[in-house]
Amino acid sequence: MAALLPAGAPSRSGRETARRTRLLRALLPALSLAIVLGAIAWLNPRAISYFGFSLMLNLAIPIALATISQMFVIAGNELDLSIGTFVGFVGCVTATWLHDAPLLGAAVLLGSIAVYALLGALIHLRNLPSIVVTLGMSFVWQGLAILILPKPGGKAPDWLLAVTGFKPPFVPFPIVAALVIAAIVHFGLMRTSYGAVLRGSGGNPAAIARAGWSLLRTKMVLFGLAGLFGVLSGMTLIGITTSADANIGNGYTLLAIAGVILGGGEFMGGRVSPVGAVIGALTLALAASPLLTFMRIPPDWQVAANGAILIVVLAARVLISRREA
Amino acid sequence: MKKIFALSALAVLLASGTALADTSGKKIAFSNNYAGNSWRQSMLKSYDAVAKKAVADKVVAAADVFTTADKEVPTQAAQVQNLILQGYDAIVINSASPDALNGAIKQACDAGIVVVSFDGIVTEPCAYRVVVDYEKMGKEEVEQMAKFQPKGGNLLEIRGLAGTSIDDAIHKGITEAVAAHPEFKIVGSVTGDWDQTTAQKAVATILPSLPPIVGIVDQGGDGYGAAQAFAAAGKPRPTIIMGNRQDELQWWKEQKEKDGYQTWSGSIAPGVSTLAFWVAQLVLDGHKDIPHDLIVPYLSFTQDNFEAALPDIPKGGVASHEYTQADALAAIKDNMK
Repeated sequence: MAALLPAGAPSRSGRETARRTRLLRALLPALSLAIVLGAIAWLNPRAISYFGFSLMLNLAIPIALATISQMFVIAGNELDLSIGTFVGFVGCVTATWLHDAPLLGAAVLLGSIAVYALLGALIHLRNLPSIVVTLGMSFVWQGLAILILPKPGGKAPDWLLAVTGFKPPFVPFPIVAALVIAAIVHFGLMRTSYGAVLRGSGGNPAAIARAGWSLLRTKMVLFGLAGLFGVLSGMTLIGITTSADANIGNGYTLLAIAGVILGGGEFMGGRVSPVGAVIGALTLALAASPLLTFMRIPPDWQVAANGAILIVVLAARVLISRREA
Repeated sequence: MKKIFALSALAVLLASGTALADTSGKKIAFSNNYAGNSWRQSMLKSYDAVAKKAVADKVVAAADVFTTADKEVPTQAAQVQNLILQGYDAIVINSASPDALNGAIKQACDAGIVVVSFDGIVTEPCAYRVVVDYEKMGKEEVEQMAKFQPKGGNLLEIRGLAGTSIDDAIHKGITEAVAAHPEFKIVGSVTGDWDQTTAQKAVATILPSLPPIVGIVDQGGDGYGAAQAFAAAGKPRPTIIMGNRQDELQWWKEQKEKDGYQTWSGSIAPGVSTLAFWVAQLVLDGHKDIPHDLIVPYLSFTQDNFEAALPDIPKGGVASHEYTQADALAAIKDNMK
């Protein structure tokens, strides 16, 4: 539609259409979440309750945090293939050192955030493809996780169990947590001036550099934030499962990427949406597990159905983007 | 006193052979984390057959199977939470991790749901565990070997997947039994990963450096590979303990027909899933005195009966045994002694 209009002089109706598709794009994540929730309510009304939301969504919180982590990396036009194993590594540290020797555990976790920031520096300075670097790192994190916890076990620190087990009045904890995460990241990335610089470093790095901002610094900050949210994700996950396993986070890498894209982000151009990413993560978590369980699909087809649901949800997102372009 | 009472109650039940039938409104779910090998397929098939019949006979209202897309812990934890919401009365589970699912398992118990784990068990105390006595199986391998090789000699051990509790238990049993049978000596040990190809390669690699071997003690899924490695090297065929796989029993049959080759075969039956199902049903039935840790025997075959079982095992499959409710009661009773 927009392409047919003369460049530089968009008509009123053209601007109207553009505005409407942009609105649709912003609403799509919320819309897909509403559809999935509607389907769940129809299949199993019992799930739509305080208890139901607490159970269905509590494992979505670590996914949402991992998705935010991935979103920071994608905002800088990079991709992080190591977030899943990093979450597993953090989980193992949380269930062992953070429980037995809190100071050592905290130091290791802070150190791992620093490692993330340094990876950002390495990728920027040597101009390396982030996919290769983070794929390599995914094996490093996995290896370290197995070294720390050769067989499943460990125990989450009591204070962490208290945090994840918190039961606020009226609104289930996972929903409160999702709102808080979305609000904080939205404010930091979308409403502050340095947030605009960070997004700009992905959208138009040349302009940001010419304006006098250090691209090295923006990349380190983006990767550092990715590390921070990766740590938060791993800790929350262990708070919920109470015990760790070196392979516990492996599935998160692809879920996090899908969550960012579903939430309205783009692989290129620094176009991301924190609120969308959180909603995208919740949608994926609900579509993949509760919806599937409640649909009572024969066991032979469940694995395929899981993939099909993800494709349908993501395809809806792609259709809208196509209309906009 | 309580135990004696419970035992006699069970004995009466066993004698009458019928259920109390007040579980006809109860729903049992099966949470499975992996379906990608022959053992798991066989496990699902056994479960399906027994559970479907139980539903048809109105013993339970529903017995649904849920398999996750990957082997991931969080996926299965989420699945368990969904099953809680779905309103199941019991969950039978083959777990992705012994510890990392405890959070979700505890939530299920707190919601009043009976949880029975098997094969991949969970350590949360509120759950039931159906465990196979692998240590005893390791011991029996050596004892059977002593029958076939009364003069003793050198043994080769093939181990399973490193770092697993199953490999550890079988190895422990074998080591203890060899200590009690000084005529045997383990002269070599390789890792076969319960897989014929891996075992064949591992045995072929170590074979040239070994003194003459009279027997092989292993963990199942590796016997046929070992036999192939010995044949390829042109070495005399030792007594190889088998693990109930179709290819292993088929090879045994061929050798027996040729020259009366003798050995023994034992492994965990994938049908142990059906025992877990009955345990869940019996707990729902009001048998609160069932011990939380149930040890069940492994499935074994001897020279006389393996050929009868062979035609029933699908190619590439494993010998299985499906439990009836009476079998389950008997197995529980054995654990209450």
